[in-house]
Amino acid sequence: MTRREMQKRMLLGAAGLAAAHHMPAFAQPATPVATAKAVIQIWMWGGPPHIDTFDPKPDAGYDYCGPFNRPIDTNVPGMQIGQLLPQLAQQADKYSIIRSMTHGNNGHETASYIVQTGHKPGGRLVFPSLGAIVSKFKGYDTGYSSLIPPYVVLTQSQGRFDPAGFFGPRYKPFVTGGDPNASRFAVEGVVSGNISDERQKSRRELLHSLDSLKQALPEHPVSMKLGSLEDKAYEMILGDAGKLFDLSTEDNELRQRYGRNRFGQSCLMARRLVGAGVPFVTINYGGWDTHKQHFQSMRTKLPQMDAAMATLLQDLKDHGLLDSTIVWWSGEFGRTPKVAWPAPWNGGRHHFGQCFSALLAGGGFKGGKVIGASDATGEKVAERPVYPPDLLGSICERMGINPDESLPNRRGMELKVMASGEEFGEGGGRLTEIV
Amino acid sequence: MKRFLFAVAVLTAVCSCHAVAAALSPFESETWSIPANGVDTRILAVLKQKGIDPAYPCSDEVFIRRLYLDVIGTLPEPSGVPGFLQDDRPGKRARLIDDLLERKEYADYWTLKWCDLLRVKAEFPINLWPNAVQAYHRWIWNSVKKNRPYDEFARELLTSSGSNFRVPPVNFYRAVQSPEPPALAEAVALTLMGSRVGSWPADRRDGMAAFFSRVAFKGTDEWKEQIVQCDPAKRDPFKALLPDGTTGRVEAGVDPRVTFANWLITPENPWFTRSIVNRLWAWLLGRGIIHEPDDIRPGNQPVNPELLSYLQQELVGARYDLKHVFRLILNSRTYQQSSIARGRQEEAEALFACYSIRRLDAEVLVDALDWLGGRGQNYESRIPEPFTWIPEEQRTIELADGSITSTFLMMFGRPPRDTGLESERSTDATDAQRLFMLNSTDVYNRISRSLRLRRITMAAGGDRVKLVRGLYMTLLSREPTMAEQTKAESYWQNSKSGSNEAATDLAWALINSMEFMYRH
Repeated sequence: MTRREMQKRMLLGAAGLAAAHHMPAFAQPATPVATAKAVIQIWMWGGPPHIDTFDPKPDAGYDYCGPFNRPIDTNVPGMQIGQLLPQLAQQADKYSIIRSMTHGNNGHETASYIVQTGHKPGGRLVFPSLGAIVSKFKGYDTGYSSLIPPYVVLTQSQGRFDPAGFFGPRYKPFVTGGDPNASRFAVEGVVSGNISDERQKSRRELLHSLDSLKQALPEHPVSMKLGSLEDKAYEMILGDAGKLFDLSTEDNELRQRYGRNRFGQSCLMARRLVGAGVPFVTINYGGWDTHKQHFQSMRTKLPQMDAAMATLLQDLKDHGLLDSTIVWWSGEFGRTPKVAWPAPWNGGRHHFGQCFSALLAGGGFKGGKVIGASDATGEKVAERPVYPPDLLGSICERMGINPDESLPNRRGMELKVMASGEEFGEGGGRLTEIV
Repeated sequence: MKRFLFAVAVLTAVCSCHAVAAALSPFESETWSIPANGVDTRILAVLKQKGIDPAYPCSDEVFIRRLYLDVIGTLPEPSGVPGFLQDDRPGKRARLIDDLLERKEYADYWTLKWCDLLRVKAEFPINLWPNAVQAYHRWIWNSVKKNRPYDEFARELLTSSGSNFRVPPVNFYRAVQSPEPPALAEAVALTLMGSRVGSWPADRRDGMAAFFSRVAFKGTDEWKEQIVQCDPAKRDPFKALLPDGTTGRVEAGVDPRVTFANWLITPENPWFTRSIVNRLWAWLLGRGIIHEPDDIRPGNQPVNPELLSYLQQELVGARYDLKHVFRLILNSRTYQQSSIARGRQEEAEALFACYSIRRLDAEVLVDALDWLGGRGQNYESRIPEPFTWIPEEQRTIELADGSITSTFLMMFGRPPRDTGLESERSTDATDAQRLFMLNSTDVYNRISRSLRLRRITMAAGGDRVKLVRGLYMTLLSREPTMAEQTKAESYWQNSKSGSNEAATDLAWALINSMEFMYRH
């Protein structure tokens, strides 16, 4: 509640409060109590197939299921998932599945925007992504002081739109680059293995002695800024912050369980980052835009995803981090339940924003639940639609961010953190079922 | 006192008979080699009134680098620098200005700027799509290359009709997030009038929107093609309020956009010329005479009204020849000042009593690093279709599509091209940038694997004086001072690592210096 609102409420007194539910300005809930400190966003770039993962339809027939028509039981009675996810089946008590995600858009760029910002396209502004929102409310503006930036993307940008939106560059993510599965995870700028600490120090002195323009302009704001950024950079380069990215200190057997591949080791890295207090980590997991030869791709990709995510959930739990860390798995949309068999697709699945799945775990969300349902073929939402702002707004609430709060912007417009689900359609609403 | 010390250093340098330029500092020179022009008289009048001394002239070394970066977004070729520095015929700066204004990279670089304002991108939220991006970019590039008169360019943007693939300027109306008339009017006001309609009275806003109320979009059988036109079903005459408060009459059957363009594009209408000359000034000097350059409104006055109207007159007098205004500004002493202010820096920069320091644009910086490292970026986009692959040798300043994903460009403040606001482009320094330049594998590899640098080492053949001079000329477009030469050489003596590593470190230090990363 802002100070002004507080004053208004005090002035209105009891009579005012009694009438408050008729007046939208006063209907704003107070900032919710945070149950989570961090979010790990597993971004399924390209759009994962809901029907082969968390919303199997074994009775829909071969034209829908292809070869994957034997879903498996999980450790939660009555909850089944796709047959290529046996390890995740054993972790189902830790996560809930939403099978009724919908926004209706089939374009990567627009759907990526909708799912990651909780706003419809159009209007005259680009809204910030959830990562930028967390970075604003839980980052440097509000006392976060770690050298590791508050919003980290492993390992490449998602692209498609500017994730900071109208918040501007300060809230952009730090994109690591490098490969956490390599012998050394070369996080751009932070880890540079070829240079000894001694050489780092001596060449820094060389830079100081030769930086003639900076010397000629000692008081210039740019000189001062560069100086302070350089100090901070070397604290990171020579200090302990960089060691956070050194995965070689992790137990080898654990690394194997995550999977010795980019995604598996990114999940491990994400656990280390949230363990170090970073409030938002995105793992940008590409390769899901499987228009062609979809099933062949799934046979390699899904086991990889299965091992990494199942290990992540268990490992977060083992480190006592699961209760304070939300894991959010989603792509920009699902994929057409009906298989495109003819050439050139040869068994492909296309974009599908009408109905898809998402997964939430930890941070105060209950596990072992299924929210909503799709119809018999996974093509329509049958029960309890969940629109992107419903899901994102629920994450915000767990993080102690009021989704209805107004965002500062240079146009002085009334802009909320999340759009109302009603803008998207009827019957939605925040995920009260799992909090 | 500082200046005195510099003088001592120079004396020492001269006495030791080294080929070091005899200047106050590497960045300044003592006397002007060019006359003051119409720009300068107006600037100096204000400075005199405020009791501010203008900065010293910039040195030739600073000038050639600054001009290349400002006019063609490219570092000077090291082999061309000594010829310019040694040229003692009068008018050499003016000749260099003329040369650069005719370069292909001039069109590349200024097209990039226009594409920021015109929001040229394939994807969200603009969704021009790749084909139209290429067509639109090509049209803008040709307009810049041919130096088409600005009135003609603006009129075509405002009034064209046809397919987004075949009549490129119609993309002006497609490159707006919402196709509603108020949003189109907002884009026109921002782009061509340098003004934000949010600051206008409601009746002016509504009035202006009426002129764009008949812009219609129609699909075709071709994938992602759209026809932009004046709605043929609406032909009635109407009247609406223009931004200056007069009433515009749209006759029956006339496209209201034409009525609006006829009002906007006249020598008498200050809105039109004020915005563009102020933008050009801001692009070259780092700050608008009205600042920010796209926030022109009654409460935001020019710091030098005389100068602004002078530039407007000059533009109209030259029949909207933008290069004429470029020449006026670039040939002024004001532009050619050093960046070292003689009074308070902020005040000097605000009133143009010195040149404003600013970081290289993201695209220019990555091109400079590519040029050094001898490899390009391989930009690609597999979304949306048709997919885009950019050849490695194509430079980043030539990149048409603002949606191409690049961690580097995002980190260094490339504008997202969402709104067309100048402030979308950021040259602020950030933590991530500093880390990247100081310590990334990317920069390390470019330096250690650079053939360009290896050639310098080989040419020097063990002569460290020559090596240091080669590195300075390549990276900073100048000779080292005596003091710099000494410091650099002593790095070898004290270095525990090998000679090659020391050379790498020296190149690294120069690249990380403010002089390399900043236009100055």
